Amino acid sequence: MARAIIDLTHLAKKFGQQMVLKDINLTVNQGEIVGLIGPSGAGKSTVIKVALGMEVASGGSAKVFDTTMPNRLLLGRMGYMAQTDALYTDLTGQENLKFFGEMKGIKSNDMAGEVKHAAAVVDLTADLGKRVAGYSGGMMRRLSLAIALLGSPELLILDEPTVGIDPALRRQIWTELKRLRDQGRSILITTHVMDEAELTDRVALLLDGEVMAFDQPTVLKQQYEVDTIEDVFLKAEGVE
Amino acid sequence: MRTIAIMNRVLKELFRDKRTLALMFLAPILIMLLMSVIFNTNSTTDVSVGTVSVTHKLNQEMADLKHVDVQAYETEHAAAKALEDDKIDAMIRQHGNTYSLTYANTDSTKTAAVKMAFKNALTTTSTDQLKAALKQSTKTTLKLQAQLQAMQKQQAVAGAATAATGNAAAAKATSATNATKQPSPQAPKITNHYVYGDQDTGYFAKMLPILMGFFVFFFVFLISGMALLKERTTGTLERLLATPVRRSSIVYGYMLSYGILAVIQTIVIVLVTVWLLGIEVVGSMWSVVVMNLILALVALAFGILLSTFANSEFQMMQFIPLVVVPQIFFSGIIPLDSMAAWVKDISYIVPLKYSGDAVNDIIMKGSSLMDEGGNILVLLGFLLVLTVLNIVGLRRYRKV
Repeated sequence: MARAIIDLTHLAKKFGQQMVLKDINLTVNQGEIVGLIGPSGAGKSTVIKVALGMEVASGGSAKVFDTTMPNRLLLGRMGYMAQTDALYTDLTGQENLKFFGEMKGIKSNDMAGEVKHAAAVVDLTADLGKRVAGYSGGMMRRLSLAIALLGSPELLILDEPTVGIDPALRRQIWTELKRLRDQGRSILITTHVMDEAELTDRVALLLDGEVMAFDQPTVLKQQYEVDTIEDVFLKAEGVE
Repeated sequence: MRTIAIMNRVLKELFRDKRTLALMFLAPILIMLLMSVIFNTNSTTDVSVGTVSVTHKLNQEMADLKHVDVQAYETEHAAAKALEDDKIDAMIRQHGNTYSLTYANTDSTKTAAVKMAFKNALTTTSTDQLKAALKQSTKTTLKLQAQLQAMQKQQAVAGAATAATGNAAAAKATSATNATKQPSPQAPKITNHYVYGDQDTGYFAKMLPILMGFFVFFFVFLISGMALLKERTTGTLERLLATPVRRSSIVYGYMLSYGILAVIQTIVIVLVTVWLLGIEVVGSMWSVVVMNLILALVALAFGILLSTFANSEFQMMQFIPLVVVPQIFFSGIIPLDSMAAWVKDISYIVPLKYSGDAVNDIIMKGSSLMDEGGNILVLLGFLLVLTVLNIVGLRRYRKV
């Protein structure tokens, strides 16, 4: 059994009286891409927030790198990409990368190399000198991903990374994600795009604050006796 | 290190936003120019005048005037001391027919009121003197007429008159007329002295130190609050907090960058007021800059704190009438002495009051920063509390 990088057991989260997460059991092992799918309001973002230590679990345990979250220093070993682009639009792409690199604690000697590499992965090298305000939606998304990739983090947490990215680039990004996985990095990814879920190693179906199913895409399809993950999703949701 | 990086980033963003920058630097200049033109009105104020060796009559006349309180001092030294201690607004010294007036002039309306009161009292006094003189001269004239009649009688008795006698009589009459003029007072000589500024010092001079602080407070409050709000709504704050950065580094980074901005802004405002508007700064300009820097940091911490209670830029604007505008009322532009006690108490929680008091003293009386230790301490207290609240407040977005 591979080492679990993210280990959520019986995780519960309440906001006031509202129970957002009821009983979440989810692991992300080393060298694995785990997909998190579920309808809006199922609690995907809350799972991510607990894993990052932005929110504290109300029940159960949330461990990352064998340490109970929240833990500030561990954040240096993670890369996070939010649903919103979260960029400083008055700065250039280069300046955005450099700033977040500094926040992550990348040494100034390594900075230039890290920035260059991250920009190359998302194909933004030519546009780094431009202000982000002049970027297209897709370029902003790519820059946002590049920021998450800075510093070669052991764990990547990506919230809807491929929204608004054209198919060619999306394929390129998935190739990069798989390359990272093969290097032994772990990736937790939420998505709305069901065929993307097929690309993950394991996929977790989140519904009403509970993980309904969590296994390899092929196993899930067999289990639910359907052809696609989308059908698994619909069947689990009881839409049929 | 991260603090410096955050500071650099905030500054970079600020200096690229030309419009906001122009607002911060040009708007205060424009408004102050306008105000210096507009605010030169006189309103009724109560003044207190100290007099040294002034005639009892003049004292009495002045004291009879409304809104004027007269205090007679034995020595010039005692009066000067009272003037320095703000117990009186002006000092009048009489030396024969010469009057020497010294005004504190920290409030030009009071200076104007004293000038007016003195003039009135003096006119009344001299009118009385004139009346007395007139009476006397009328008496002399009557006497002269009697003399002339007597002389004419003499002439009639003598029958023959020589030209010499007539000439003598005419000469006597002329000298008598001269004599009647003698008791009427010469126009009194008045010299004016100003402790602060000169006769051109307007009401604006009193408002200026407070205005300066107000602009610094207003713009730093608004822009820093908006900046942090933007970080929150665009998600960059969340992203920032997803890195191992300390919450305090974020707050300090903002403080440093806006501190630098406030220093530049204050220097520009001070230079404009000194050179363009011709306002005299008695104390050190650097002390003024330091005071405004501290105020700016308070404004920054205040802006950041309140921005957490706003969900949009528009909601941030709604704090202006609630938080910023009332500060002006309690900052000392309107004299608090005449207000009810509970109103005065409110002023103690207004940061602008402390910086306004301090900058006022520095500009008009030449106080040093050491003299303003009390005000500085209170402001630093505000700063400390607000900063701690901000650092703790960021826990809302990351629990560690």
